[in-house]
Amino acid sequence: MQIGKAVVKKNHLIKVLVSLLTFVGAPTSTLAGSEDLVVEGAWARASIGTSRPGAAYMSIRNTGDTPVTIVGLATPIAQMSEIHETRTNAEGVSSMSSAGEITIEPGQNVALEPGGLHAMLMRLQSPMQEGESFPLTLKFDNGSTVEIVVPILGIAARGPSE
Amino acid sequence: MRRRTILGYAVAGAGALASVLLFGWWQVDGPGAPESTGLLPLDLSVMDFSLTDHEGNEVGPESLIGRPSMVFFGFTYCPDVCPTTLSDISGWLDELGDDATEMNVVFITVDPARDTVETMEEYVSYFHSAIRGWTGAQDQIAQAVRGFRASYERVPTESGDYTMNHTASVFLFDRSGRFVSMIDYHEPREFAVPKIRRALEEES
Ligand SMILES: [Cu+2]
Repeated sequence: MQIGKAVVKKNHLIKVLVSLLTFVGAPTSTLAGSEDLVVEGAWARASIGTSRPGAAYMSIRNTGDTPVTIVGLATPIAQMSEIHETRTNAEGVSSMSSAGEITIEPGQNVALEPGGLHAMLMRLQSPMQEGESFPLTLKFDNGSTVEIVVPILGIAARGPSE
Repeated sequence: MRRRTILGYAVAGAGALASVLLFGWWQVDGPGAPESTGLLPLDLSVMDFSLTDHEGNEVGPESLIGRPSMVFFGFTYCPDVCPTTLSDISGWLDELGDDATEMNVVFITVDPARDTVETMEEYVSYFHSAIRGWTGAQDQIAQAVRGFRASYERVPTESGDYTMNHTASVFLFDRSGRFVSMIDYHEPREFAVPKIRRALEEES
């Protein structure tokens, strides 16, 4: 949640900076291709059967020189997948909803982490079993796609390091 | 003469303190306690609800008195916050080691429609063995949530299912059932474990 917020704020600031630069005539740059998008540290939590939604986490870095927006996710293990954001309000109440479009500015990183942003995998086609992995495709607004393989950790996992 | 003045101040001070305490009680536990959230949880001794644990035992707030307790709400269809909370708590319990064995650790579902006793039994088995899962009738869950001054809400999702918004804080009580403190979601481990230790050490 805090991470998500921080990213949004930072993105907003950068957007402002970028538009200022554009206004003063920054050099135009080529579109970021998939080689400019680096996805690291991906992992998912094992599911119990297929009736519950699953969640996957990762960090996405834009190493290119133009902003890139994540427009969709796809995986054969879920009928529906999208980026969600968990928010916890001042009363300590947590809620979860679609994160909408997430733009990654050049040189920036978006972290999908427990309690913040997550790839929500809905209507699972098969159970997510610890020790297995699944492919996940990330689609970006410039038409590029990045396919990654997500390892499935235990239900109680907090990340790949543990 | 001077001594008398000091005594007078002391008496006045004690009187003021007593009325502050009385007013505090009236507001928190007494007839002045509002029904809404954003307040401190009641003590377990004045809560009133009846649920079933993941082994089929009848349980309620009275089952927790006698040992320090850690209680939190969630639901097993929760993909992010709940497994993260249960895994955080499992980590804190590991860190507490033997001290954790004298503690009640209870996960109360806010989604009893899907979280049956069997569901809770399977779910808690993936986490620290001290964690108990409680479920029960909707009205009893609602009653429990009110006692903790927590809240929950069923929210439909675009996939046609529903999710639950709910209080994600962890509530700590001493062995007499008195509320000690809560651990907010996202609170770092450096703060969480000492808070639990305080609940464990609190004399009642
Ligand atoms: Cu989600």
